Amino acid sequence: MSMTHLQRLEAEAIHIFREVAATFTKPVMLYSVGKDSSVMLHLAMKAFYPAKPPFPFLHVDSHWKFGEMIAFRDQMAEELGFDLIVHKNMEGVRDGVGPFTHGSNAHTHLMKTMALREALDLHGFDAAFGGARRDEEKSRAKERIFSFRNAQQAWDPKNQRPEMWKIFNTRIAQGESIRVFPISNWTELDVWQYILQEGIPIVPLYFAAKRPVVARDGMLIMKDDDRMELRDGEVLEERLVRFRTLGCYPLTGAVESSADTLEGIVRETLVARTSEREGRAIDHDESGSMEKKKREGYF
Amino acid sequence: MDTQFQTSGTPSREEISAEVQAFLAEQEQKTLLRFLTCGSVDDGKSTLIGRLLFDTKLIYEDQLAVLERDSRKHGTVGDDFDLALLVDGLEAEREQGITIDVAYRFFSTPKRKFIVADTPGHEQYTRNMATGASTADLAIVLIDARRGVLPQTRRHSFIASLLGIRNIVVAVNKIDLVDHSQKVFDTITADYHAFAKDLGFESVQAIPMSARFGDNVSTRSNKLAWFDGPTLIEHLESVPVDEGLAEKPLRFPVQYVSRPNLDFRGFSGTIASGRVSQGDPIVVAKSGKPSTVARIVTQDGDLASASAGQAVTLVLADEIEVSRGNMLVAPDTRPEVAEQFEASLVWFDEKPMMPGRSYLLRTETDQTPASITALKHRVDVNSFAHEAANSLDLNEVGVVNLSTQEPLVFDPYAQNRVTGAFVLIDRLTNATVGAGMINHGLRRASNVHWQSLDVNKPARAEQKHQKPVVLWFTGLSGSGKSTIANLLEKRLFADGRHTYTLDGDNLRHGLNRDLGFTEESRVENIRRVGEVSKLMVDAGLIVLVSFISPFIAERRMARALVEEHEFVEVFVDTPFEVCAARDPKGLYAKALRGEIKNFTGVDSPYEPPESPEIHLQTVGRSVEDMTDEIEDWLKQRGYI
Repeated sequence: MSMTHLQRLEAEAIHIFREVAATFTKPVMLYSVGKDSSVMLHLAMKAFYPAKPPFPFLHVDSHWKFGEMIAFRDQMAEELGFDLIVHKNMEGVRDGVGPFTHGSNAHTHLMKTMALREALDLHGFDAAFGGARRDEEKSRAKERIFSFRNAQQAWDPKNQRPEMWKIFNTRIAQGESIRVFPISNWTELDVWQYILQEGIPIVPLYFAAKRPVVARDGMLIMKDDDRMELRDGEVLEERLVRFRTLGCYPLTGAVESSADTLEGIVRETLVARTSEREGRAIDHDESGSMEKKKREGYF
Repeated sequence: MDTQFQTSGTPSREEISAEVQAFLAEQEQKTLLRFLTCGSVDDGKSTLIGRLLFDTKLIYEDQLAVLERDSRKHGTVGDDFDLALLVDGLEAEREQGITIDVAYRFFSTPKRKFIVADTPGHEQYTRNMATGASTADLAIVLIDARRGVLPQTRRHSFIASLLGIRNIVVAVNKIDLVDHSQKVFDTITADYHAFAKDLGFESVQAIPMSARFGDNVSTRSNKLAWFDGPTLIEHLESVPVDEGLAEKPLRFPVQYVSRPNLDFRGFSGTIASGRVSQGDPIVVAKSGKPSTVARIVTQDGDLASASAGQAVTLVLADEIEVSRGNMLVAPDTRPEVAEQFEASLVWFDEKPMMPGRSYLLRTETDQTPASITALKHRVDVNSFAHEAANSLDLNEVGVVNLSTQEPLVFDPYAQNRVTGAFVLIDRLTNATVGAGMINHGLRRASNVHWQSLDVNKPARAEQKHQKPVVLWFTGLSGSGKSTIANLLEKRLFADGRHTYTLDGDNLRHGLNRDLGFTEESRVENIRRVGEVSKLMVDAGLIVLVSFISPFIAERRMARALVEEHEFVEVFVDTPFEVCAARDPKGLYAKALRGEIKNFTGVDSPYEPPESPEIHLQTVGRSVEDMTDEIEDWLKQRGYI
């Protein structure tokens, strides 16, 4: 009996989840509520069945996520009974930091990167699971599955540990940590195919629906709440759109689509001629920008 | 051929569903090939991978837009797109025009899915190539048609062979720059076969190509009409690479013990080789304890059977001790369980590999301190000759003997790439400093399977590689007992022995706090020391007791508590006058002034041993010299 491609990817991810649980004292899973996180959650449940995953799930809430993401997150935690930790950069919230007023770079730095570092320091986690995939972006293609972070939580791409076979070096010194990417070897298509095969629940924003959007800076931005004000000449329109990726709503472009079923989404992905991160504003400035953010501690 | 999707009109939900289901059914048929590309700087590896991604439509339009912009900034090929920029991910690489770290890429054709490890060609980055090779089924060795076989070509082919890759593609690239010459191709192919014939490859396919222009990558070229072999894609799609792991004996390394409640105890792990069914007999590799597989648990329901590659949780019929690092195996074809073995080692660290130094050895799930007991030879990766050496430098390869602190479960790497591999970790920096492939076990270790053992004195002693013993130092106060015992313990400890020193100070402060200095108390003091020594000997330790213990009877009592040969009396013989003159604690002066009563040698007798095992007359001898004497004595009699 030979394994299918998805079965192999699933087994690899489960192996990685178990390895971390067996070798670290305080792991955490970063749960971003997106489709990759949904797959990760599903894999974590499988890895430890009949037990629950022996670690909490951390959501770094940038304060500007889509409302539907927050509702979905709370519903999943309730249904599956996992231990959910929500962390916000409260100083940033108090100072009114947001993408509209501070720009995408400052917002991402303060409300995501800094908030994440703050949360990891606060709880003293020694290993953190993330849902990054190597097919997403060029610098990610070179990151290890077990990716070492120094005491400042920074990534040094030139000094990565060699990763041989399935033998992972999980040793760290006091204050250092490891970021672990169990679905490193999955492609976007694999993720969708797996969601379809396993019937994994995802945030409804991935499915096409009539939504209020504004064309701004070459993207379709959904007006998710009253914090978004229309600029001169902008018109709010109801359009049939969906999201290929989820994040902070002011930074996440919708795509026009009529795909309102999982099969429709998979089909759309297959004929897609535009890669996934195009919908995200943060990669655009220059092509090395993701690498810079990662060196600073961004996931 | 992959399903073609309608791109015009608006398909109905049913049509979409049918199309997608048909597509998924096709995907399930595909096999996976993991390969790596290697070669020296400027052979065009990144360009080749860019070409593969481009030709298999994995490059999206927005990535092409970025590529066009980056080509103008960093490109090295004039006005064309520089395909290498697609894969050279890190900024530093793009600036320097070289690939400095292994990167993984994904693409698929109608027949197979591929994971490519793009590994750097720079000589100092060999460790990255070994990393890519460790998970690869096939290696593409790039050769620049203008330069032919280079030292790096040999090195990379050798490492591919060492890491168990059996399929090689010799990609003779940039053939356009030598006028598509068949003669050049034939010469390079012959050169390659000449040096690679002893590397154990099952298939070696040479293909002339131009990655930049796409000739013979996925499409044939008129300019290379003289070549009647497959294109690169054709070959990658069809080369058989199944390692047949499922057909090998069962190896289930226990990764994680799952105990959510009192009623469930499961062993989670990924099956390394073979298959397992409900009801199958198994044995625990390290203990030899047998049991039966009661359940194969997954969230999707219990399985009747499972095979190599599957991540499952096994429940056994019996309550037996199994922890992470152990292995559940087929009872009739067991792995080796040994503390000493021979392995091939690739060194990754700036600091050279030193025989005798202690490293952490890690297999897929086990970890134990280990040291290299002998560097048998270094391998010259250009000539493949064996050379004598004292250490291995960065990127060097050697054959070594290793000794682990705990027994390790393994198969020879040639038989099983999962259970025959390990890495070495520096205990101080936690860096991964080397990767090893086990050749075979050494001495008694091989083929002697551990029978189920009680944990007792011999077992504990065996585990520590030593004979437990009490070294009883007796002599006057100030004679040098503690000084010699301390130095000896330091040396034994540095040698990896398990030791403990008992002296008046550490016992008088705790265990013997209630005792005074009456004769009765002194006897009780020695009795307690004797009993503690006995427990420590039972624990397998070498115990150093440093006590004046002036009376023959007391020493005889202590000796009687342990077995013959477990008590070694060391008489530290220093004359009274010398001790009183040294008087390190000022005690003799006080005793002579009558301020201390019952002081041995002053107003209480010292009865010298009649026949001590070791008699050290200290006057005129150095502490080092006397410690040497004790060490030699212990070695000659096989205690250490």
